Parts: sequence; structure tokens; C-alpha cells
Amino acid sequence: MRLFWPLTKGYRLWIVLAVVCSVGEAVLELLLPQAMSDIVDFGIATGDRGYILMTGVKMLVLALLALLCGVGGALCAARASMGFGARVRAAEYAQVQRFAFSDIEHFSTASLITRLTNDVASLQGTLFMGTRICVRAPVMLVTALVMALRISRELSSVFLVVLPLLAVAVGVVIAVVGPFFTRLQQATDAVNLVVQENVNAVRVVKSFVREEEEKEKFRRRSDALRTTAEQAFGFVVSFSPVITLLMGGTITALMWIGGHYVAEGTMLSGDLMAFFTYATEILASLMMFAMVLMMLTRSIACGKRVAEVLRHNSAMNEKDAQEELTVENGDIDFHHVSFKYHADAAEWNLHDIDVHIKSGMTVGILGGTGSAKSTLVSLIPRLYDATEGSVCVGGRDVKQYTLEALRQGCAMVLQKNTLFSGTVAENLRWGRDDATDEELREACEIACAAGFIEAMPEGYDTHIEQGGTNVSGGQKQRLCIARALLRKPKVLILDDSTSAVDTATDAAIRAGLRKTLPETTKIIIAQRVISVMDADLILVLDDGRIVGQGRHEELMEKCEIYREVYESQQEGVEDNG
Amino acid sequence: MAKPNTPPRGGGPNKHGFQRPRNTKKTFLRLMGYLARYKALLCLVALCLIVSSVASVFVGYLLKPIMNDYVIPGDFPGLLRMLVLQGGVFLLSALCNYVYARLMVHIAQRSVAGIREELFNKMQEMPVSYFDTHLSGDMMSRFTNDMDTVSEMIGNSFASLLSNAITFVATFIMMVVLNPLLTLITVAFLLLMLLVVKTVGGKSRTNFQRQQQTLGALNGYIEEMIEGQKVIKVFSHEEKAMEAFTALNEEYRSAATLAQSYAGAMMPAMANLSRINYAVTCCIGGLLAIGGVFDIGSLGAYLLYVKQVSQPIAGISQQVNVLLAAAAGAERIFDMMDAPPEADEGKTVLVRVEKEGDTLTETTRRTGHWAWKRRDGSLTELRGDVRFQDVTFSYDGEKTVLHNISLFAKPGQKIAFVGSTGAGKTTITNLINRFYDVQEGTITYDGIDVRDIAKDSLRRSLGMVLQETQLFSGTVADNIRYGKPDATDEEVRAAARLANADTFIRHLPRGYDTVLTGGGSSLSQGERQLLSIARAAVSDPPVLILDEATSSIDTRTEKLIEKGMDSLMEGRTVFVIAHRLSTVRNAQAILVLEKGEIIERGDHEALLAEQGRYYQLYTGNAELS
Repeated sequence: MRLFWPLTKGYRLWIVLAVVCSVGEAVLELLLPQAMSDIVDFGIATGDRGYILMTGVKMLVLALLALLCGVGGALCAARASMGFGARVRAAEYAQVQRFAFSDIEHFSTASLITRLTNDVASLQGTLFMGTRICVRAPVMLVTALVMALRISRELSSVFLVVLPLLAVAVGVVIAVVGPFFTRLQQATDAVNLVVQENVNAVRVVKSFVREEEEKEKFRRRSDALRTTAEQAFGFVVSFSPVITLLMGGTITALMWIGGHYVAEGTMLSGDLMAFFTYATEILASLMMFAMVLMMLTRSIACGKRVAEVLRHNSAMNEKDAQEELTVENGDIDFHHVSFKYHADAAEWNLHDIDVHIKSGMTVGILGGTGSAKSTLVSLIPRLYDATEGSVCVGGRDVKQYTLEALRQGCAMVLQKNTLFSGTVAENLRWGRDDATDEELREACEIACAAGFIEAMPEGYDTHIEQGGTNVSGGQKQRLCIARALLRKPKVLILDDSTSAVDTATDAAIRAGLRKTLPETTKIIIAQRVISVMDADLILVLDDGRIVGQGRHEELMEKCEIYREVYESQQEGVEDNG
Repeated sequence: MAKPNTPPRGGGPNKHGFQRPRNTKKTFLRLMGYLARYKALLCLVALCLIVSSVASVFVGYLLKPIMNDYVIPGDFPGLLRMLVLQGGVFLLSALCNYVYARLMVHIAQRSVAGIREELFNKMQEMPVSYFDTHLSGDMMSRFTNDMDTVSEMIGNSFASLLSNAITFVATFIMMVVLNPLLTLITVAFLLLMLLVVKTVGGKSRTNFQRQQQTLGALNGYIEEMIEGQKVIKVFSHEEKAMEAFTALNEEYRSAATLAQSYAGAMMPAMANLSRINYAVTCCIGGLLAIGGVFDIGSLGAYLLYVKQVSQPIAGISQQVNVLLAAAAGAERIFDMMDAPPEADEGKTVLVRVEKEGDTLTETTRRTGHWAWKRRDGSLTELRGDVRFQDVTFSYDGEKTVLHNISLFAKPGQKIAFVGSTGAGKTTITNLINRFYDVQEGTITYDGIDVRDIAKDSLRRSLGMVLQETQLFSGTVADNIRYGKPDATDEEVRAAARLANADTFIRHLPRGYDTVLTGGGSSLSQGERQLLSIARAAVSDPPVLILDEATSSIDTRTEKLIEKGMDSLMEGRTVFVIAHRLSTVRNAQAILVLEKGEIIERGDHEALLAEQGRYYQLYTGNAELS
């Protein structure tokens, strides 16, 4: 809650107004039965037409005011809640922008999307309903009780019996329904999982002829869902009749006791009629209360999920950063670096890496899947922080730079890369906002992308679909390289960024980099030995350790794994020379 | 492949605004069909509903005699009788309420489960082309969002509509009985309320549509950006991403504020109009009472009804929206149900046989021998001989994907397909197992046209390992056993050893009984692939299709499983699609495909000697993407 309070800024007035209007509406509404009883007891009893008219006008005014309050309250509530929702969403989105890679992985992309969309929607919905119903229920309860007490203390004692009963009924429902609905959700998830698996893996299901088994699996889970739902809802529907009974019992008791008072002359019949109204309002407001509680439990869960994001401390901080510092050259030093993704994980992902790279070198990194190649290079632009040891770029610890300055100096082409919806040029300008058309073309030339871009009907203005689905894998990779080149970085990291590009183009790109960026340190992760053979330094990784470093010839001599990889890829070529 | 390369997304059509059903009446009638089997119960529901609603209205009327005849004159024995009657009516109303609501839950849950299962069964029967041309998120939302709205409608809306209507009519009748003159005032107010519902409701709907549009744009943006969040970080693009977000967020906020203002103002407007009605009635009723034409008890009862009469109208207008949404949802569900199922006119089936010399006899024992049994009862031994004869194929009837493909694979041969994406490699395999049917030419399996073979039998005789490994939630052993549910533990282990998966499986926390969730996301890509190879090995098919089966395994690991792969392929006819040319080198025939045509064929040596396209690919002078 404390987290959300600052986000209501600018809308507090509207919230207050909405609350005031709700209170006003509830109170005004409850003054009406009292006026009605006045008409009956004084107006009709004494035959005073003027009094009736006067009271009638008073009631009309009250009702009109209530109308104003009601509609006004709704308008204020709409403004406040939608504004608050927008605030929360913006704060959460901004928070995600501050997240480091590990934070994004901690929450997972899909979960972050849910927290930004559905959860926020639920919160703003709660505020919208909340300012009205949450306020209305207690105000109605208190006002109706006060009015009832004013009419007759003795008669009000009936509530001493009824209210605890009602509270017990509501309590039981809430206590029982909670677990029921958790089970219902689990059963629903189980059903959806089968559907999802079958939709996505239809080829597997069909080729193994498993349709009948899958149908059976679905039928069992659908059946379980049905049974659970029947139990849960079967219980819920008993709530309303129980309330009807309680209400009926109350009214009957009131009539019996009140009837005696009226006959004895200690109570007026109009008062008794007004009392009935208040009694029903009291019970109704308690029911409203129960509904509000159920709604709140749901939105509290959403609120918690959003709060987790807002409260999450980014794993990365810039407390040692010096504002004005920029990366001056491409020297890279790993000083006995060890790394694991989670502080409490048993396994280290990188063990004692000690590597020193001079500015301008071309470095190749080889290793099997899971050997932590990507992990190693992601420490350079500080996508993660080293757990032990330190990483230096340009002779300074990476933590001394602001993240922006560091990443300006170290451009990285990710393995799982993304293009965004927009034109080719717009995507490229992610590298640098103010790049000229000429610079775009140069970068594309080096990345061997200029050819196919210019062949497209609208060239650099061609629209790229979300996720880059309308270009081929190889083209996408080349665009991503060009985008990184536009940064004019001191360090360029290519994380398996040419896997879908043919070997000839791959070689051309590497040659281009070498020629046009002699000062830039180029780090290339590759599957194919041929991509890194001519590098100044090759690192061979296995299970998070460096098992070989040196030039191609040295490694062929010293490093068994390197030789194995080389041979497994070269066999065919050598046979046929 | 024809499948649009779009990641599955939740939501579906519901996300982009309120859709109106095309043919509401027809959809409702069809939905009613699912309820028809509960006819007797539904009659009981209707009966209880009527009793319950009428009783709850009638209770209010009792106020009149109670006040006039017993309370005011002080007749307590009479009052007691009346109160017992009143209590009885309350009891009756509550009882009937419980009975109909409980019955409705029963009926609704059963019918919804029925619809759900029918939809799933229909989906299982649909051809692969349906899945290729529909977004998976879209299909999912039929089972989730659409099913929810339908369930809501069957469970709540019907009963609620009926009970509201009855309550309204009953209340109105009682009002007329109590005082026709005052009822005129109420009628005037009801008309006024209808006017409000119409104008404000109309405004609310248009604004609601705009709200949904802006919400769609905003959520779409959030999805795209969060999915690309890592790229945003690498390029320090955070502020830019914030700017565009802020604009969309603001647009949604203003649209939503307007829409919610209209929607939110409706209820208080109705409730307070009803209160004004109450005030006016009170005043005029009081004046009438002085005139002696109206008594106090009637006034009290009448005022109760004034408070009640507008509630059903609000309820009905709310339910109409639910009904329309549900009809749109039901329509989408029925659309999917009505999609034509996979055609299967094949009559030739696979049977177990006993083999003595050259004679085959059908048996139920597990002999390890299989044969094709034609419709006339004749048996042909299953061998794995596949031939394409002038096959031409197009997914959409416009763009031809395969032109005049002819090829043959004799039992035990390994045939490889090489070519870029879109060349038609996967399409060829899609035709063998009849995920799609050829338009021209024929494919034969052991000399039988595949269209004459029952699809189940055909697919049982083919094993598939695909590039995208799909694992199911369940244990590792369950997943391996997927291709042969009755496989013994020993068979499962043998298959895992064959695929070189045994070692890593035994290192998992619970070995073969480790439960995989989320499609096996806790395993590496390579490990998942090994499992899918083991899965194919268990089912022991004579023909094997490997579609990029090893492309996500690094070359060193590939070396390690090569032996497993070799023993898996031994004695089987194998179709291999591979990106990495080293994996296809030892094939008996390599077919190079380009734009749906076979441009080169031969074994590795011959193709290299030809110095054509294959040679270019192999020496790295052309791009395969």
C-alpha cells in the first residue's frame, strides 16, 4: 500500500471527491425513509397537506442531490482510477526499464507482461469500484444503524441477534470459498495445459497417433474441472437463500415486536415502516461488504504482483559510476572472474577466468552448448555483474562507468536478437539516433546488408514486422550487426550472430570489420571454427572454464577439445580437398 | 512451411474490442441444443424460479394486511398467523432459490464440460493445415475466454434474465393492484430510465470500443517492448521506449476515463431516478391517504415496490451485454467445431503378422512383424519402400511449392534433402505422413497409394524427429513412451541408451521419473532433442523422418550421439533434412531442392564432382538460411 500511495498524486482530489460523493449519496439515500415516516406519522395522521407537500419537496431535493452525488461520484471515480492505473503502469514500466538482465529473467518476460497488463487493469478496476462500494457499504451500515437506533433502541436489539449470525455466514463463505477457488484455478490450468500442448505439438501428436490418448487425458481433466466447479459454485449458490432467510427472519421478528409497540402506542406505524427499510439496508450493506471482501482478495493478489516489481531492487547499481567517464579504448581484462546466475546456486557458471585482451584485437570464442560463452561476454557490457573478481574495459573497472557510457562503448549483438516494428532505417537508428543516411549505408555495407536492403521495394523505408518476421534469419542477423556498428563502439561483441549467414558472407563481414574498425576490439562467438580461425586470440571454453587460449596453430597443438571440434567440422572438406 | 512465424499470444479476438455475433439467433438455438438433454431439470428450474420470484414479490404485499388489519387494530393472534404465513413464504422463496440455483450449476457445468470436450475432440480430428493457418493463441482463447463467456451465460444469464423478468412483471402487477394511479407515475419514470439506458448506453458502447482499441495498442506495445527488453538494455534505449509508452498510456487513460465515466454513471443514475420516483410517490401517496382513497399499509407496501421495480431493468440491461458477448464467443467456438475434420478414406490398415517363409498370417501376438492388410484381406509385408511419382503440391492452391517431384527410397536407404528455407524439404515429409495430401501425382508406401492407407496406420509406420522439440508435461519416461504407450521400462531405457540420453537422464534428480514441466524448459535444447530421438526409437518404425533433428546440438555433442543416430537409422528407410551438410554425407541419395524442384541428385561424391549447387553449399559459397 505504501508503494501505491505516491502514485495517486494528482488524482487524490478526485479520489477524495469520489469518496465524498459516495458518502453523500449513501447518507442522502438513507434520509429518505425517515422523511417518508414523517409523512405517514405527522402528515397523514394530522391531515396536514402543507406538511406533506413540504416534506415531499424536501425528499425530492434530497433525491436530486443524491442523483448529483451518484453521477458525480462515478465521474470522479472514473477519472481517479484510470489516472491511477496509468500512473501505476508507467511506474512499473519505468521500473522494468531499470531492470538488469538477471531481474528480467527473475520475473520472466511473460510474467512481466501479465503484471503490466492484466494486473494493473485489475487494480484500476478495484479503485473504480472501491471508491464507490468500499465506501458505500460501511457508510450505509453506520448510517442505517444510527437511523434505526434513533427510531427505537428496543427494536434495534434484534440486530444483536441477526448481525452476528450474518457475520458468521459471511465468514464461513469466505473461508470455504477461498480454497475452493484455488482448486478451481488449478483444475482450469490443468485443462488449459493440455489444450496448449496439443495446439503447439499437433505434429507430434499426429505422427505418434496419440489422438485418442490425448482425448482421454483431456476428458479426465475436463471432468475434474467440472466436478470442482460444481462443488465450488454449488456451495456459493447456497449463500443467497441463507441471506434471504436471515432477512425474512429479521423482518418477521421486527413485525412481531414492532407490532406490539405500535399497538401499545410506544411507536408510530410510519416509524415501523421506516425501520423495515433501515433493517434491509443494514443487511444489504453487510452483503455488499462480503462481496467487496471477495473482490479485494483477488485484487490484493494482483497488487502484490505489481508491488513485487515496483519493490524489486535492480541487481545492478551505478553507485561507483563517474558521470563524465567514457570508454576510451578497447582493452578488456578479466581478473580471476567467477560467476553464477543466482547467489545461492551450487554450480558456478564461470570459473576463475583470467583473460587480457588488447585494444583492436580480434578474439574468437569457441565451445559447446552450455559452456558459458555467452555468459562470459555478457559481463563486458555489464549485462551481469561478476560474482568474484573484476572485469575492466579501457583499463577501468566496468562499474566505474555509467551503464549508458559503458554500453555506448561496448556494442553487443545478442544471440536471441530482436527487430522492432518500424522501418529498416528506424531499426538501424537504434544504434545511434542522429546517424545520417550515409552512415546507415556504410554500416550496412560492412554488415553485408546493403545489398538486400536496397533490393527491397522500399529500401531503407521498408517496414519490418514485429519481431522481424518478414526478413530471413540471415538478413535479420546482418541488420542486427549493422545496428550495433552504428554505435561506433570501442568493443564489438558478436554472440553467434552469423549462424544463419553463409560462410562466404560470414568471411566478408569479418574482413570488413577488420578493415574498417582496426581500433575496435572484436569479440566473436561462433559455432564454426572457420569463423574464428584467423583471430588474434581464440578462447576455448568448456563447462565454464577456459581450456585453451592462443592462436589457431597453438591450439591445434595443445588443446584437445579444439582439435576435436576442428576435426568434426573439417572431415568432409579435407576428404575432398 | 506455411505456418506463419508468429509466436503464440494470449488473448485472441476478444482483445481487440467487442465483437458482435453474426447470427445471434442461430447461435442461441445451437447452444440450447446442449441444454436439451436436461429438459426435465430445466422445467424444474423454471418452476422453482417462478415460485421463488413471485414469492419474494408477494412478501412485500403482505405488509398491507399486516399493517392495516392486525398491527393498527392490535389483533395479535391474527398478526401471529400472518407472520407465520410470511415466514412460510420467505422459506419457500429461499428454498426454491437454492434448488434452482444448485440445479443450474449442475446443468451449466455439465453442458459446458460437454461443449469443451466436443471442441477438443473435434480439434484432435482437424488436419494439420488448420493448425498451420490459425494462430495458436487464437485457438487457445476459444478454450479459455470464449468458453468462460459461454459458461457465464449458461450458468447465470438465463436464470437471471428469467427471474428479473418475472420479478418485474409481478412487481408491476402488484403495484397496479395496490394503486393504478400511482403506477402511472412509476411508468413515467420507467420510460425516463429506458431513455437513459438508451442514450448513455449507446455513448458508453462507442467509447468502450475506443477504450478497447487504445488498450490493444498499449498492450501490444508493452508485449513487443518487454519481449525485446534485452535489446533495449544493450542499446541504452530505455528513455526512448518510455516516451512512446507514455504517449500510448495517456491515450488509453483518456479513452478509458470517458468510457468508464459513462458506464459508471449509468447505475447511480438509474438508482437515483428510482429514488426521485420514491419521493414523488411518497408525497402524492400521502396526499391521497389524507383524502382517504389510500391506506397506510398499502402506501408502505407500494413504496417497497417502488424501490424494487427498477432493479430488474438494470439487471436485464446488464445481462443483455453478457448475452451478446457470449453469443460472439459461442459463435467462435462453433466455427472451430465446424471446421472440416481430416479426411481419411484409407481402408488399408497395419496388422501384426506371423511370418513363416513367405506366408503371412494375421495374429494378435507381438511378433515384431507387421503387414498391410488391404480391404480385400490380402496382406503385404511392411518394408518401408516409399516412392514419389510426379508429385505437385501447393498449400493454398496458388503458389506451387513442389513441382513434379519423383523419387524413391528402398527399404533401408537413407535419403537426404538439402536446400534453403522454403525450398520444399519439409513439405515433402508433410506429404509422406499425409499432414497434407498431394494434388497431382502419387506417393506409394510398399506399393500402396498412401491415400488408401488409414492415417493412423500410416503414421504408426513412420517415426518423426522434428527440429522444434515438443515435450509434454509428465515424467521423462512418459515422454519417451509417448510413441508406444505400452512400452516396458526396459524398452524405454534401451531407447534412451540408443539415443545417448541415458546418462543425462540418470543424473536428473529423480531419473526417469523426473517430472517435466513447461515443455521441458529445465532441460537444455540438446537434451530435449535427445529425448525426442529416444521417443522415436521406442516406437520402432520402419520409416524415419528426421527434420533438422540435430541442428540445435553442437557439433561435438552431435559426434557423441552419432552412434546412437546410426543405430537408430540402421535397417530403416530414413528421410533426413539437415542444415549441416556433414550430417547428410553418408546418405545413399542427396536431393538438392530449390524452389520446389529437385535440381541435383546423387550421392555425396557424385554431387561434389558435379561442381553444382551442392558443391557451392558444401564449400561455403552460398547461403543456407
